[in-house]
Amino acid sequence: MKFYRSHVLVSVSDTSVLAGVHDFIKALRSELAKQKLSDEINVLETGPLGFFGRGICLSVYPEHVNYQDLKIEDIGELVEEHFLKGRPVRRLMLDSFGKFSPKFNYENRIVLRNSGVIDPESIDEYLGTGGYEAWEKALTEMQPMQIVEEVKASGLNGRGGAGFPAGVKWSFTANLEADQKYVVVNADEGEPGTFKDRLIMEGDPHQLIEGLMICARAVGATKAYIYIRGEYKLCIQRLEKALAQCREYGLLGKNILDSGFDLDIDIKIGAGAYVCGEETALIESLEGNRGNPRWKPPFPGVEGLWKKPTVVNNVETLANVPFIIKNGAAAFRKFGTEKCPGTKVYTILGDVAHPGLCEVDMGTTLRTIIDDYAGGMKQGFLFKAALVGGAAGVIISEKYLDVKMDFASLNEYAAVLGSGAILVLNEKESIVDILWSIIRFFRHESCGQCSPCRNGCQSLYNLITKIRKGDGTMDDVEMMITIAETMFGTSFCALGQSPIMAIRSAVENFKDEFIAITNK
Amino acid sequence: MYKEIFSKYEPTKDNLIYILHEIQDKHPQHYISEDAVDKVAEYLKVPANHIYGVLTFYTMYSTTPRGKNIIRLCESPPCYIKGTVNILRKLKALLDVEIGETTKDGHFTLELCACLGVCGNAPVMMINEDVYGDLTEEKVEDIIEKYRRAK
Repeated sequence: MKFYRSHVLVSVSDTSVLAGVHDFIKALRSELAKQKLSDEINVLETGPLGFFGRGICLSVYPEHVNYQDLKIEDIGELVEEHFLKGRPVRRLMLDSFGKFSPKFNYENRIVLRNSGVIDPESIDEYLGTGGYEAWEKALTEMQPMQIVEEVKASGLNGRGGAGFPAGVKWSFTANLEADQKYVVVNADEGEPGTFKDRLIMEGDPHQLIEGLMICARAVGATKAYIYIRGEYKLCIQRLEKALAQCREYGLLGKNILDSGFDLDIDIKIGAGAYVCGEETALIESLEGNRGNPRWKPPFPGVEGLWKKPTVVNNVETLANVPFIIKNGAAAFRKFGTEKCPGTKVYTILGDVAHPGLCEVDMGTTLRTIIDDYAGGMKQGFLFKAALVGGAAGVIISEKYLDVKMDFASLNEYAAVLGSGAILVLNEKESIVDILWSIIRFFRHESCGQCSPCRNGCQSLYNLITKIRKGDGTMDDVEMMITIAETMFGTSFCALGQSPIMAIRSAVENFKDEFIAITNK
Repeated sequence: MYKEIFSKYEPTKDNLIYILHEIQDKHPQHYISEDAVDKVAEYLKVPANHIYGVLTFYTMYSTTPRGKNIIRLCESPPCYIKGTVNILRKLKALLDVEIGETTKDGHFTLELCACLGVCGNAPVMMINEDVYGDLTEEKVEDIIEKYRRAK
């Protein structure tokens, strides 16, 4: 093996591809060759680095210097100063602030522990970090029910939305006798403002696959699917590559590691429908139908894909599983709070200094996330509100900044946590306008199967459009709440049950704004 | 064309979504014609109305002819607050079309879409398979020009 003086990890994700990272890497390599540094400096492609930065970002090890927003024109200076003379180029560095030192950012990680550290396209690098040890343990040392019990004991809640305990979900399916069972990964991430699953898959596809394998073993499924949206091209490429590597290494297929267990995993691509994030709609879509949600019960765990017992889990949920199996439930419980152990991945957008991605303990307050991880508000902007959880989320005001973010403390707001989207709004943004945009989204995405949602979304849209124009009254605002409450009680699935959250929170937290616009 | 596509997929209903994707991608006008629906119905042995139902449910399919390049501008809240409205106005003016329409030369179709999951770079649009982020009116002009020149 060759030894290099420095390793340069360049983030190759959708964001940096947009900024032309491929050409950048080519130019960087050729400049290093020109300076005769190719044998000393190793340029590696990796996933998202765990800080956002803008444009093309890279980390230099072992000194752990982060650069952001690099251009091809910067390469000459970067190579000469940093790699030749050993003087980091301040002008291009991502400034550190508060707790935002890379070290801090890496300490508390489970899901993103490899993201930005290893080459996501190499199974050997994943194996080098202890990857697939949990899979081996699950296959050779543990009985399926032991795996289920371990996950139950860990207290892992589903990271897709509602936060249902994953181990309990698995136990329903594991206890059933059936000639065929399935596991499906829900990677149909469509909640506006949410892209944590994309970053998890781009940064460390093997970890998701390992979690999926362990789940399949636990419940006795021999066939698994990853249902992913068609727009996530880079994820699809990396997952396909990762699956091929697993087959080559004998980690997938027939009689895996001589355990007698068979498993195969296929990738299925969606066709663009928000409602397919609902697990029964997703199953309908996999079967080649319109993505209309099914009546529950029976729940998919009992009767799912092709009427067979099926576990549907979110990407982030499964990405936590290898850690739990390898290190035990107690190690997992060291993170987060008692009722909600573990970590949570958030994407922070909007008017903060460093929009980005972070993985923090469950129960971390929004204030900590904004101040310590996102560098506070962007200079010259004041905090007004945050839309937490995307369109199916809530609009919260300053008084919620110190509420612990976990499924237990957020109570009625808990359902919004799964998506991990935090959109920070400054004092100039209009809450009415944001709400209009959210309701327009629901109107478009309602599948139309049940009338409370189909008609309700349209009525809400008519009312909010009228209010936004300045033609509405406070009675119209009250009417919106009544309609959304009715939808909550009568809609077939979570889509129609969601608009109430944004509407009620917006009206409760920013009533003055609604009064002002209706008094015009 | 159909024969070649069908040969890749077993005639089972769960392959419908993939077959439709491929037919649409291969068609020069990026849509699924009535004729295609009939052919697929025959191959999969499912009623044509089921296929039509699927086709009109998912936003990625079109039942009307479209242009060579399909522009999909995200209108979800994170892009909306970053100025989708201005970008849309610019695109409409540049292309002289309304939402859902195709330019006279058949070169572009303008569509709106929901979140593309690249919100860190809002506002965002996709042209065919490629994503463009951090859009400004000037940037949009350059991008459209690039596609025009690639005629």
